[in-house]
Amino acid sequence: MTKPKVATTSLAGCFGCHMSILDIDDRILKLVDIIDFHKSPVTDIKKFSERCLVGLIEGGCCNEENVHVLQDFRKNCDILISLGDCAIMGGIPAMRNNVPLKECFEEAYLNGVTVHNPSGRIPDSPELPLLLDRVYPCSEVVKMDYHLPGCPPSADTIWEALVALLNNKPLDLPYSLIKYD
Amino acid sequence: MSDEIKFSIDGVEIKAIPGQTILQAADAAGVYIPRLCAHRQLSPHGSCRVCTVKVNGRPQAACTQPAAPGIIVENNTDEMKAVRTSIVDMLFVEGNHFCMFCEKSGNCELQAMAYRLGIAAPQHEYLFPSRPLDASHPEVFIDRNRCILCGRCVRAAKELDNKNVFQFVGRGIHKHIAVNAEHGLSETDLAGVDRAVSACPVGAILRKRVGYSIPVGERLYDKQPIGSDIEADRSSAGK
Ligand code: SF4
Ligand code: SF4
Repeated sequence: MTKPKVATTSLAGCFGCHMSILDIDDRILKLVDIIDFHKSPVTDIKKFSERCLVGLIEGGCCNEENVHVLQDFRKNCDILISLGDCAIMGGIPAMRNNVPLKECFEEAYLNGVTVHNPSGRIPDSPELPLLLDRVYPCSEVVKMDYHLPGCPPSADTIWEALVALLNNKPLDLPYSLIKYD
Repeated sequence: MSDEIKFSIDGVEIKAIPGQTILQAADAAGVYIPRLCAHRQLSPHGSCRVCTVKVNGRPQAACTQPAAPGIIVENNTDEMKAVRTSIVDMLFVEGNHFCMFCEKSGNCELQAMAYRLGIAAPQHEYLFPSRPLDASHPEVFIDRNRCILCGRCVRAAKELDNKNVFQFVGRGIHKHIAVNAEHGLSETDLAGVDRAVSACPVGAILRKRVGYSIPVGERLYDKQPIGSDIEADRSSAGK
């Protein structure tokens, strides 16, 4: 019997939520008995080649590339989950959401106290993903099926969610696992 | 007692004394009706609408509606929970609530209400408003990003501190909390120990230099949902 596939990605996140996946400790051995990780930083698989049951999304969308990756996940995963506060509401990166984009660039590349940029230019290589006007929560870009709050969500939260979904049970987080910090 | 009032909340008989609101009578009986703008030591405000209950089939704010003989109150029903969830959702998306670094996290009544209602994420879109911060006062700061317009600071200053420090200005989405001074909080007679500071249910008015003093896991709402204290009264009374 082929095992269900789980894909994961980090968009505008800090990889803290992925650290929390690893934080399930030895339960990860049980996990790889029942699932296969597909496209994920854990496997270094870059492209979807199979349909996945679950996609875990860390981080919101701060640039064009994030949007494309998220849309690709939506296309290839049956169940898409916002993993953590950044995916849910933008998180720390969204603190720029009420600062105009031009001011953000100028602070980062021209005026910031630690900036060393003799060219005085704001990087504009076509290789760089275009920054969006603000950071978007994942649910404002594609439909998200479930949300696991937390910064990061605890390993227990992630474990409970995966176990419930893999067993076709409804995902009802108990009081102790709903945390926004 | 001859003038005792009897009514029911979710089928449970509640006794009230004349002059009590539904919320006060429920509290005394150990029945928790969720609320944010209501505070035991302050006059009722009726603004947040989280305490909305159905009284004989009509939605009413339990914090302002007087207890009356024979009324049938619906509180902990799916319908009322949905109304409250929607209100709490909107309070989150219309401000900027970054709980991950907020000093009030774990002790915040808005956050605790969302936890109690089982909200994993709001269902509305975030507005990301631009709201000013006032850190001019040596002991206290106001972060309007987290203000839920409950008016507790306004009432606590007037009713408990006997000072005129805070007031609402503007209407609708532009309504915000203002201070009674030209250039900010430092010019008011607010003191760090004032009840107006501790009455804020969220991290909008905070004392400086005391944040994060309680470790995660031991904060007010880490183990027990908001309202557990009131419900504990009920079980200890053996009702
Ligand atoms: S005030 Fe409460 S809800 Fe808002 S950010 Fe702080 S802890 Fe979160
Ligand atoms: S500052 Fe705090 S107490 Fe005052 S209205 Fe806002 S949330 Fe309520």
